[in-house]
Amino acid sequence: MIRLLPMLVAGGMILLAGRALAAEVTPPDALVKMVTLEVLEIVSKDKEIQAGNVQKVIGLVEEKVLPHFSFESMTALAMGVNWRKAAPEQKRRLVHAFRTLLVRTYASAITSYRDEKFEFLPLRAKPADTDVTVKVRVIRPGRQAVAIDYDMEKTARGWKCYNMYVAGVSLVLNYRTEFAAEIRRNGIDGLVGALEAKNQKLEAAAK
Amino acid sequence: MVPVVMDSTRSLARALAVAAYFLISGCATMQNGDPRDPYESFNRAMFEFNEGFDDAIGKPVARGYKAVLPYEIRVRVRNFFSNIQDVMIGVNNLLQGKPNDAVNDFARFMINSTLGLAGLHDIASEAGLEKHKEDFGQTFAVWGTEPGPYFVWPFLGPNDLRDTVGLAVDIYAAPVRWAIDDTATRNWTAALFLVNERADLLDATTILDDAALDKYVARRDVYYQRRRDLIYDGNPPRPPRERPPGRESRSEAPARGSAPYADAQALWGTLPPQEPSNDDAMISASQGMQQ
Repeated sequence: MIRLLPMLVAGGMILLAGRALAAEVTPPDALVKMVTLEVLEIVSKDKEIQAGNVQKVIGLVEEKVLPHFSFESMTALAMGVNWRKAAPEQKRRLVHAFRTLLVRTYASAITSYRDEKFEFLPLRAKPADTDVTVKVRVIRPGRQAVAIDYDMEKTARGWKCYNMYVAGVSLVLNYRTEFAAEIRRNGIDGLVGALEAKNQKLEAAAK
Repeated sequence: MVPVVMDSTRSLARALAVAAYFLISGCATMQNGDPRDPYESFNRAMFEFNEGFDDAIGKPVARGYKAVLPYEIRVRVRNFFSNIQDVMIGVNNLLQGKPNDAVNDFARFMINSTLGLAGLHDIASEAGLEKHKEDFGQTFAVWGTEPGPYFVWPFLGPNDLRDTVGLAVDIYAAPVRWAIDDTATRNWTAALFLVNERADLLDATTILDDAALDKYVARRDVYYQRRRDLIYDGNPPRPPRERPPGRESRSEAPARGSAPYADAQALWGTLPPQEPSNDDAMISASQGMQQ
């Protein structure tokens, strides 16, 4: 009995390690494909989402998509140099407010999914790379295909997306000028306030 | 970007005259200090005007159009115009030294015009002939023309000087201008094109505006990012500071066709002549550019 305990512990540790390892090795391109197809599958079956039920879309995005995003890296990227100047509490509030804003505004894009076809391009990266771009193309009739690029970084908790381009436009970098202008005028606290006020306005408008 | 506009060469000339007046009367001042946008106060006024027009007429008409015509029909309208545009897209690809892409575009036009029933069906795409997006503004950029200052024109929206001239050439060369003699028919055709385009973009613009802290600045950044992407055919070189701060830049395959275009670093201003060796230098350089 006594001998069994260390074996159990060891076995448990191997199991845990195995699970951690498995989570870590899900390659970024496979992860993007898996999550995209899963979400599309759900959306194509859900009449409420297709009708534009925003709360339901946000719920779906929160559960399936957001675990694979690093909002801290995203906020840092949008802040540029100013990120280093922010205090920990300011950073926390910035990340929270920015996350809320991005989710609330962009989640609704999922509802406009129609008969688009998704093409997952092969990953051009070396196995040792810890920072890659996963490329997806959305094909629609009579239109140039829309490229969606996910910049992803390898973390201890798997690959996380920290920047996203739609047709060459980064949803994150696009905030840089706005953030910098707000900070120049009213400081970092001013930016926190502006983001939180913006979120409250959007929330009020949704009701 | 808009190849057919009702008598737009004339309204463009008028817009330029208005712009010249504003510039001379000195009402244009530096507000935000973005070096690409020296006439920001003029541009903001034009932006407000366009927003007002879009709210009062553009969006309601587009919504009505969307409500009346089923999706299936709107796709046919889109395909029809898209097919006509492929001709000038092919010409621009030739001018940009991409004969293979041009052949692809002309083949698209021939297949869709015949088998696709006058372009109503985009069967070329299904056959694997990719749809491109080219215009004279992009061609000038590939030739090395400087982008010039940023302008927001009434009705035509954001264009730097290079794209303004490009747009004028696009409109002048648009097939509907010489294919349709009757002015009324031509104008109705142009109107249908514009309304269909606007309807396609309803969701996208709503999301963008909702997400922005300052709509004017957000649209300007989207314009610059989007144009840069188009000039480089979807593979723009990415400056190192676009990575999260404090992280080493990664190795990356060289972008296709990354010739030293004049606006290679147009997105966030120009990069310092030599790449700084450490993060701090890089970060302070990018700060200088933002201010």
